[in-house]
Amino acid sequence: MNLDDPFREREVCAALLEEIRRLSTAVAGPVRIMEVCGTHTVSIFRHGIRSLLPKNITLLSGPGCPVCVTPAGHIDLCLQAAALPGVILATFGDLLRVPGSSGSLADARARGEAQVEVVYSPMDALDLARKKPEAQVVFPGIGFETTAPTLAATVLAAEQRRVENFSIIPLAKTMPVVLKELLADAELELSGLLCPGHVSAIIGADAYQPLVERYKLGCAVAGFEPADILAGLLALLQQELSGDKRVQNCYSRVVTDKGNRRAQALLTRVFDEVPSEWRGLGHIASSGLALKSNFAVFDASKRFELTASAAADPPGCRCGLVLKGRILPPECPLYGRACTPLSPVGPCMVSTEGTCAAYYRYSDHQYSNPRSEHGEAKGRT
Amino acid sequence: MCLAVPMQVLSLHSEDGGDEPQVAVVESAGIRKEVRLEMVDRIPEPGEYVIIHAGFAIRSLTVAEAEYNLALMRRMAEALEKQGRLPGAMEE
Repeated sequence: MNLDDPFREREVCAALLEEIRRLSTAVAGPVRIMEVCGTHTVSIFRHGIRSLLPKNITLLSGPGCPVCVTPAGHIDLCLQAAALPGVILATFGDLLRVPGSSGSLADARARGEAQVEVVYSPMDALDLARKKPEAQVVFPGIGFETTAPTLAATVLAAEQRRVENFSIIPLAKTMPVVLKELLADAELELSGLLCPGHVSAIIGADAYQPLVERYKLGCAVAGFEPADILAGLLALLQQELSGDKRVQNCYSRVVTDKGNRRAQALLTRVFDEVPSEWRGLGHIASSGLALKSNFAVFDASKRFELTASAAADPPGCRCGLVLKGRILPPECPLYGRACTPLSPVGPCMVSTEGTCAAYYRYSDHQYSNPRSEHGEAKGRT
Repeated sequence: MCLAVPMQVLSLHSEDGGDEPQVAVVESAGIRKEVRLEMVDRIPEPGEYVIIHAGFAIRSLTVAEAEYNLALMRRMAEALEKQGRLPGAMEE
C-alpha cells in the first residue's frame, strides 16, 4: 500500500466535494481561484475535478510551469550552448520541444546540429560529465525553488569532485515575487490561490502571508492527490464565506510554516537573487537565481560567452496571457488548430504540465466555448 | 513536474565513509531507486518515507504525519456528517 492511497479514496474525496457543493450555494458571486502549479493543473484535469465543481467556481492556471514561463530568449541560450562543438546539453525532457526563436532543441538534434541528452536529475548530468571528460556537459537550470536546491547541490558536488567539464545555465526562478506581480492586476479578481505543494515544502507556508495581507486573498497550500486539491479548494471557499482570509496549510504531511531549512541554506550558499525575465510577465526584480561569484566558474553562460538577446514569442501565441490567468487556452485562436500537442506553437502546449496541453489532453475539447462553460472567464487580450 | 508519490526508504549509504549518509535507496510499487539526501529537511530513518524531486529527497515523512493530514481533511468535511448524511454518497 502507498502512503498516499487514502488521499485518493472515494470516501474522503466525496465528503470534501459535498462540502464544497454545499458551501458554494451560500456564496453570492463567482469564486475565482488560481492553481499556481502546473502539476496541480494536470492533476485537476486527470481526476476530472473541474467537471465535479459547482459552476460558480472557476479555476485559472498560473505561472507554475517552469518551461512555460521561460522566455524564448532563454531557450535560445540553451540552443546556443547545444550548438557549440564538444558540448553535450544534458536536460530535463520537458525542455526538448520548447521552441526558441529558431526551432527547438529536438529540432537541432534531429538536424545533427546539437548533442542533447535527456537526464532525470542534474546529478545525472554531473555523472555524464565524469564519464565523458572529453566533452563539456551543460545543464539548463530551469525550475523553481524545488529544483534550484538540486542545482545548488550539484554545483557543490562538481566543486568538491573537481569536475571541470560541467556547468549550468542558471535560469531558475522564484515564486512569491511573481505572484505579487500577478496579483497587482486587479482585473484578475481572484478569491484565492491554490499554492504549489513542493515549492511550499521548500519556502514554507508563511511565505504567502505577505500576499494575504496585501491583497486580502486566501492562500491554501495543497498536495497533488484528489483529496489534497479538494481540501485546498474547500479551505478557500470556507475563507470566502467567513471573510477570514489567511494562509491555510492543507498539505501538512509535507509542508511546514518555515519550510525546508537545509534546502534554503543550499540556495543562499550558491545563488544570489537577481532580476529575471518571465514569458508574458517581463522582467521581475528579485525573481531569478544567479550563481554567486565564487561559483561563476560553473556558469555556462560565462564559460561559453552565451548572449541572451530579446526573442519574440511565436506569432499569434498567447501563452503569456494564459500564464497570467487572463485567458483560458481555448480563447487563443491557435489552440487546437495551429497549436496541438503534436505540433505545438507555444510552450504551454509543449510541456506535459502546460495549461494548454492539459486542456487539450483531458478536456475532449468540451471547453471550446469557454464563455458558456466558464461564465465568468475573462477573455481580454 | 512534481512527483507526488512518497517512496519508502529501504537503506541509507554514505559515500565518504562518514556518519552522514548522502544516498538513500527508496522503493514504491516495486520501483527501486537511489536518491540524494543533500536537500532533504532531515535525514530519514529506514522505513520512513521521502518525497522526491529530480533525484533528490526533499522531505522526510512518517505514516503518523500522513494520518494526521488525513484527519485534518476529514474534519474539514465534517460539517456534512453533523447533518447526518453519510459521506461517500454522491448526489445529483
